[in-house]
Amino acid sequence: MSDDLVIAGRKFRSRLIVGTGKYESFEVMRQALEASGADVVTVAVRRVNLTDKSKESLLDYIDRDRFTLLPNTAGCYTAQDAIRCARLGREAGLSDLIKLEVIGDERTLFPDNEGLLEATRALVKEDFVVLPYTNDDPVMCKKLEDAGAAAVMPLGAPIGSGLGVQNPNNLRIVLETVSVPVIVDAGVGTASDATITMELGVAGVLMNTGIAGAKDAVSMARAMKLAVESGRLAYRAGRIPKKLYAAASSPLEGVLT
Amino acid sequence: MAEKTEIIVNGKQTQVSTAWTVDDLIQDLELSGRQVAVEVNGQIVSRDRWSEQTLGAGDRIEIVHFVGGGEEEKCLMI
Repeated sequence: MSDDLVIAGRKFRSRLIVGTGKYESFEVMRQALEASGADVVTVAVRRVNLTDKSKESLLDYIDRDRFTLLPNTAGCYTAQDAIRCARLGREAGLSDLIKLEVIGDERTLFPDNEGLLEATRALVKEDFVVLPYTNDDPVMCKKLEDAGAAAVMPLGAPIGSGLGVQNPNNLRIVLETVSVPVIVDAGVGTASDATITMELGVAGVLMNTGIAGAKDAVSMARAMKLAVESGRLAYRAGRIPKKLYAAASSPLEGVLT
Repeated sequence: MAEKTEIIVNGKQTQVSTAWTVDDLIQDLELSGRQVAVEVNGQIVSRDRWSEQTLGAGDRIEIVHFVGGGEEEKCLMI
């Protein structure tokens, strides 16, 4: 039975979205993307370096037939900058998907939700498919959904922290509050974090550092692929309730006396 | 010898021939065929208009492309 991730009517087989930053080389990145099984990869929009044109291009290492590019507005601190960045990303990538980030604080990289909401409204009007990075705040997620976001992407923990989901209860409430897909963006450090996140019932997980920063990025990419699949399967299978006392799994009948 | 005019490309003062179009600039920078987006004075110039849009003195041009990025990036681009 298919269990696709559906964002604004677009279907993706993998529920793992991966970033393309911080790899030691483009070749390692290429192998990690492949091992992750991801269908969607995030990219940043930056000035072309005009003094060193010999530099290889990221896109030479991303098979556009295989991967959907998700440009982000990383590094933008105001709604205006994010909107500008999104437009440039659409022009360069010929896709209207945008991972919208409006950062409010350099140290924590927490979002500026006021600017985020403003930028979401503006970009939805311009027919972007907006995926905003936000806090694990159900009220904010609801506001973003009402503003037309195609999914909401609450953080599990601060970007790049590798702490794993810090407030699963908030994410559960977010899941009850919105009907668009909830994709946990940021904070996953290792495979178990990804599984625990998916077991909550979220639609997907987005990560970069957890893979790119691992000693063996390609192996970690594969671990994350399996972890996301496991967590999703376990969620769909329906776990047993937690109990305080033991419950024997072998029959008591016929025990030797 | 064509007359020169001064524009700003990605923050750098650059001399180009007058009546150059965006397309001329892109070719000169050897970026033809690359997946880039171009902004002139804050307005995006779509690829199909590169050969129509001429560059004038003091124009601010931004040429951007995709680089590796994910959840974490704190440098502001432009």
